[in-house]
Amino acid sequence: MTRLAWRAAWVAAAAIPAAFLAVFFAWPAGALILRGFHDGDAWTLAGFEAVFSSARTWRALGFTLASATATTLLCLVLGLPGAHALYRCSFPGRGFLRAAVAVPFVLPTVAVGVAFGALLRPDGLLGFLGLDGSAVSIVAAMVFFNYSVVVRTVGTMWARLDPRLAQAGTTLGAAPLRVFATVTLPALAPAVLSAASLVFLFSSSSYGIVMVLGQTRFHTIETEIWYLTTALLDLRGAAALSVTQLVIVAAALWLSGRAQSSLTRALRLQPDVASSRPLRWRRDGAALVTTLAVAVLLLGLPLIGLAWRSLHRDGVLTLANYTGLASSELPGISVLDALGTSLTTALAATAIAVPLGVLVALVASRRPRVRSGRRALAVLEGAYLLPLGVSAVTVGFGYLITLNRPPLDLRSSLVLIPIAQAVVALPLVVRSLLPTLRAIDPRQLEAAAVLGSTPFDVLRRVELPHLARGLGLAVGFAFATSLGEFGATSFLARPDRPTLPVLVFRLFGRPGAESYGQALAASVMLAGLAGITMALAERLRPREVATW
Amino acid sequence: MKSPIRLLAAGLAVTALAACGSTGTQATTSPTPTETDTLTVVTHDSFVLPQELLDQFAEETGYTVTYVAPGDAGTLVNQLILTKDSPLGDVVFGIDNAMASRASREGVLADYTSAAAAGIDAQLAADQLTPVDYGDVCINADSAWFDKHDLEVPATLDDLARPEYKDLLVVSSPATSSPGLSFLLATVGAKGDGWLDYWQSLKDNGLKVVAGWTDAYYTDFSGADGKGDRPLVLSYSTSPAFTLDGDTSTTEALLDTCFRQVEYAGVIAGAQNPVGAGKFIDFLLSDEVQSVIPENMYMYPAVTDTELPADWQKFAPLAETPIEVAPADIDANREAWISQWSEAIG
Repeated sequence: MTRLAWRAAWVAAAAIPAAFLAVFFAWPAGALILRGFHDGDAWTLAGFEAVFSSARTWRALGFTLASATATTLLCLVLGLPGAHALYRCSFPGRGFLRAAVAVPFVLPTVAVGVAFGALLRPDGLLGFLGLDGSAVSIVAAMVFFNYSVVVRTVGTMWARLDPRLAQAGTTLGAAPLRVFATVTLPALAPAVLSAASLVFLFSSSSYGIVMVLGQTRFHTIETEIWYLTTALLDLRGAAALSVTQLVIVAAALWLSGRAQSSLTRALRLQPDVASSRPLRWRRDGAALVTTLAVAVLLLGLPLIGLAWRSLHRDGVLTLANYTGLASSELPGISVLDALGTSLTTALAATAIAVPLGVLVALVASRRPRVRSGRRALAVLEGAYLLPLGVSAVTVGFGYLITLNRPPLDLRSSLVLIPIAQAVVALPLVVRSLLPTLRAIDPRQLEAAAVLGSTPFDVLRRVELPHLARGLGLAVGFAFATSLGEFGATSFLARPDRPTLPVLVFRLFGRPGAESYGQALAASVMLAGLAGITMALAERLRPREVATW
Repeated sequence: MKSPIRLLAAGLAVTALAACGSTGTQATTSPTPTETDTLTVVTHDSFVLPQELLDQFAEETGYTVTYVAPGDAGTLVNQLILTKDSPLGDVVFGIDNAMASRASREGVLADYTSAAAAGIDAQLAADQLTPVDYGDVCINADSAWFDKHDLEVPATLDDLARPEYKDLLVVSSPATSSPGLSFLLATVGAKGDGWLDYWQSLKDNGLKVVAGWTDAYYTDFSGADGKGDRPLVLSYSTSPAFTLDGDTSTTEALLDTCFRQVEYAGVIAGAQNPVGAGKFIDFLLSDEVQSVIPENMYMYPAVTDTELPADWQKFAPLAETPIEVAPADIDANREAWISQWSEAIG
């Protein structure tokens, strides 16, 4: 392969995902936002004036930043011990716990609302806390959703850190905490920042949680965009807010990118997970106890409450809700069909998101010698994360006005659903692959080059095997994101072919004990699916590094 | 600018199609006047009819029918307005009377009168649209709770603001839910210019506002499956038919607090298959569909002589005199009312 052909290949690798995002994200969202700046005759900034002269907007902006920041910090504080306990220690039940903490990530918000609402209501199990409809309940639910993002992103990196670094520190007489602060944490910094920026983006753009648990008392930029778009069709105001949202997201990404590039260092990663050690109370007790407390109190209680309620109908303990799922006791509702639709859609979305994510990760992990090249890559990487920070309603309405003419009249097409979900999953895929690639010791690459390997050989023999080890997590995230995705899907939903979250939403919207019970049972089923997905993803490792 | 993107996108779409395998789709055909062999039905996300009936319609007409539901009832008309220059489909079902006059004023509909419309009460009629079903949005009470607490069940809007009913009422927001908007319209119809003061008195009396019907009915309401602590909830006049305990219902609707919701179907302006759109509207008015509307969509069938479920006649009566607001008024003020409500209450 000549140098020129090699260059061309990289350009193509960057162009394919870029084209995908341009068509299925930037164009629809951009088109809708542009409509907001045009009143039919001329360009106008009236939307900004109107929106920013309202106190409501400033309150929403403040609450968005405050709740997302609080969620991010809490997720880190709770998630780091979780990553340590679940990825550095081995103990019976670890696999189950790893899969279990990922479950909340895909639950439909409407089910989470029911679960949390039931706990926090004045007469609920935690009613004495007086948190019903409070900001605290919103943050708690956001942590509930995002905890696993930190645990997994940091944990997979941590598992592969060379333990000898820390051992050297200990040998030289440093206390465990000091070893952690001076050796381990700096090595983990890129993964920590990566996870933090994801959590920040997820929580600053969450709609359902704020709506359901905030009981219309709290507003974020995201809920304001929904309100202006869907209730008032005030595209000008919504566009002004969408631009504001983009600015916040871009700023957050820029900050985390800056921090990451200054902190990333090459690490000698273990070829596979060799560093799990049997539990030692003195060293791991605190982390394990914290993790168990989070798993039981924050993740377990709402989920157990949901499962417990799903086993009741009309106040009687029964399996009727589950047998009802199988026998389609409700007209026009088939949960099994929805399950099939969800699985097919999730497979398709994963098949789109993972290859694209691999391309993006490979391109973004290049190490150009010129500063401008490095800058360009940082911008590129940020661009792929933007979909996380843009309102689903903006993209959803954008689809309606853009992908509407042959050859691309996809509005009523089932193809658009996995595509939209892939757009949402892509940032997660990229973020779960990148830290591993970036951490490859450059000496390893240089040595290969000195020994006469072509860049292609280096890619094939060094980088791809490293990448492959992050692939399980990436596939798991992509599949789980698609399973639980509701925001964008709801704009593209086909009433005759609903996905599981759409069906749950619909069942919860109907009166009658049967509908309610089946909605609970279907939510539990979705939770189970998420757990199974993540458990399988854990095992998705290429054969040559299998440890069993 | 657009053409290279389009080409590229077409290529990507093909790739995506290939990737999707079994989730193959119908490509839309190029426009020909009056009738094509495909029909796209645009509805809201609560549209449910038995699959057998939908299959039967497709078989009888020979159309390949696609159903899309790009949102809830509240956003349906907005989406049609947004996509006027490239319609979402041929026929729409689910436009309600809060949005009906907006839809015809914006020119998103084409005229169509179904032969079956003769059997429909003239009071439900709207410009360019065909009524399909209707129902009442009313405050519901948990009768058992009131029995237990030896308290009279409230009857009117004014009762709800009285001190003995403090902290008992939960409603869904007019800004985010369709029944919430109906209740706001009921207060406007009943109180005229004083509607916002009335809401203020409800708020002072411990009103709880939540995002959607589901949260209100299943989380905060003490009746039905909710284990909540509020025995008064905003729901439908038909809800008591779903909370039966033997031969009585544990809940009741307050029939003096109702706003009537009518759901319409219409031919979309610029439809590729207007003939098919008309056939679909006739189908919605056919006896097979009208008779299953109650148990599928919890509404009353619009065609007057349709048989109702036995439980309904007993437990789900309609309001004698629902509160009304003129459609033109709703059209002119809807957004302003929602905004005022949001600033003051939400």
